[in-house]
Amino acid sequence: MASGNLEVRDLSVSYGRAVRALRGVSLDVPAGSVTAVLGANGAGKTSLLRAISGTLPFHRGGVDAGGVRLGGRALTGLRPAAVVRTGVVQVPEGRRVFGRLTVEENLKAGALGARGRAGTAEARARVLDLFPVLAERARQRAGLLSGGEQQMLAIGRALMARPSVLLLDEPTLGLAPLVAARIGATVAEINRQGTSVLLVEQNAALALELASTAYVLEVGEVAARGASADLAAGDELRRRYLGAAAPPTERGEDTGDAADAAAGRGDRPTLARWTG
Amino acid sequence: MSTFVELVVNGVSMGSVYALIALGFVIIFKATEVVNFAHASLLLAGGYVTAVLHDDLGFLLALGAGIAAAAGAGALVEVLVLRRARVENHAVLAIVTIGVDIVLTTELTRRIGTEVLSLGDPWRDRIVTVAGVSVAETRIAALVTATVLITAFLLAFRHTSWGVAMRAAAEDGETAALMGVRLTRVSLGAWALAGALAAVAALFLTVFPTPGLDRGTSFAAMKAFPAAILGGSTPPPARSPAA
Repeated sequence: MASGNLEVRDLSVSYGRAVRALRGVSLDVPAGSVTAVLGANGAGKTSLLRAISGTLPFHRGGVDAGGVRLGGRALTGLRPAAVVRTGVVQVPEGRRVFGRLTVEENLKAGALGARGRAGTAEARARVLDLFPVLAERARQRAGLLSGGEQQMLAIGRALMARPSVLLLDEPTLGLAPLVAARIGATVAEINRQGTSVLLVEQNAALALELASTAYVLEVGEVAARGASADLAAGDELRRRYLGAAAPPTERGEDTGDAADAAAGRGDRPTLARWTG
Repeated sequence: MSTFVELVVNGVSMGSVYALIALGFVIIFKATEVVNFAHASLLLAGGYVTAVLHDDLGFLLALGAGIAAAAGAGALVEVLVLRRARVENHAVLAIVTIGVDIVLTTELTRRIGTEVLSLGDPWRDRIVTVAGVSVAETRIAALVTATVLITAFLLAFRHTSWGVAMRAAAEDGETAALMGVRLTRVSLGAWALAGALAAVAALFLTVFPTPGLDRGTSFAAMKAFPAAILGGSTPPPARSPAA
């Protein structure tokens, strides 16, 4: 199903021509891979996805420079519906299921932008196979589902368009750890079936586990990138992303870092999340 | 007793015509969350085109032209006015439609003047009498037409891709766009459909026993406004807290 690499080149985005959200961001989502984008609130993660999907105008934003290409074809400037037809589909932050529509109708809505109607039944079968709970609740209003079920519906709805690249914006936000792990496993399965995934997450442990490559965004710029294993092992990411200093047991090359004073006292709490 | 039945049939028939008008309000509101105050002028435009053309084209073609004209006028309002108005506040857009209504109604009133125009309908003032109950053919035609149109609309709204697209766009436009729904097309379709329904309503507002289309016909459209508000313009109040 993969139809080429998703390339973001020197992308700059601003809102209302005043607020710069992204500055010269470049990243690649190779066909068939899982690529993670990490970063704190306000780092520009959601703006990046909006720029790819073409929804910046909903927020009075726009692309100032650079662009996005899929397998050599420019996506910048396309309307959201046209982007969906190229095979790049986003699961927005906060799930955003259509609460007044039934689960079944939400899935139907997901298929509205699909390229051709032929594969819709097959896509539906695949989605219900991934998320059997959606079949059980087909006739219920989506607003009545639990948070985890809504996230499953949001992902399933996006899969109805048979994407070659799936953009996920914080799919585990606000979910219980067990449910988050479940979503993570599903994302891995979706990728295994041939869909490239661009995963935007604050849950770095989960994202690094799923992704082969990760980028760290910081105030609108790529602050670090590398293989997930390297980023998970090193403390570069830990410092940048969490604002914490290196553990005192490690080499003291971080002198000058403001947080080092605290590190020296050795009284910082351990971050259990990073051991996963 | 026969008087009672006559009144009931006439009342239900008139009600169904108002339902057609109200449906137009609701379609536009559901698709774009804009309250369309220009609806009355679209109705008048559709009726006027039918009235002017029926001598030359015959009734059915003229009615078709009237429906097309009202649908086109609705689509034009969407493209020329609403799509260009770069405001997110739906109340502002509602006020804009008042302006459109004033312009359109003024022009149509100028053209109609003091005349009362016939729409050339085939039923004229014939009356059907069954078991002592006399009802004008026009009332029966109105009831049947409105029932068929409203049923067809509701089925489409519930079961077709178009209906799902419209409801999705009404609930969350940005997310609907992310699903590949072309919002401009949804909005355009809603305005055109509402215009078409208004033209059909114009026909049944002006046939027997009403003398015909005059410049006051559009006021009748406003009578449907409470029906639209009470009957479904407002989204369901109970939003689920989880959504």
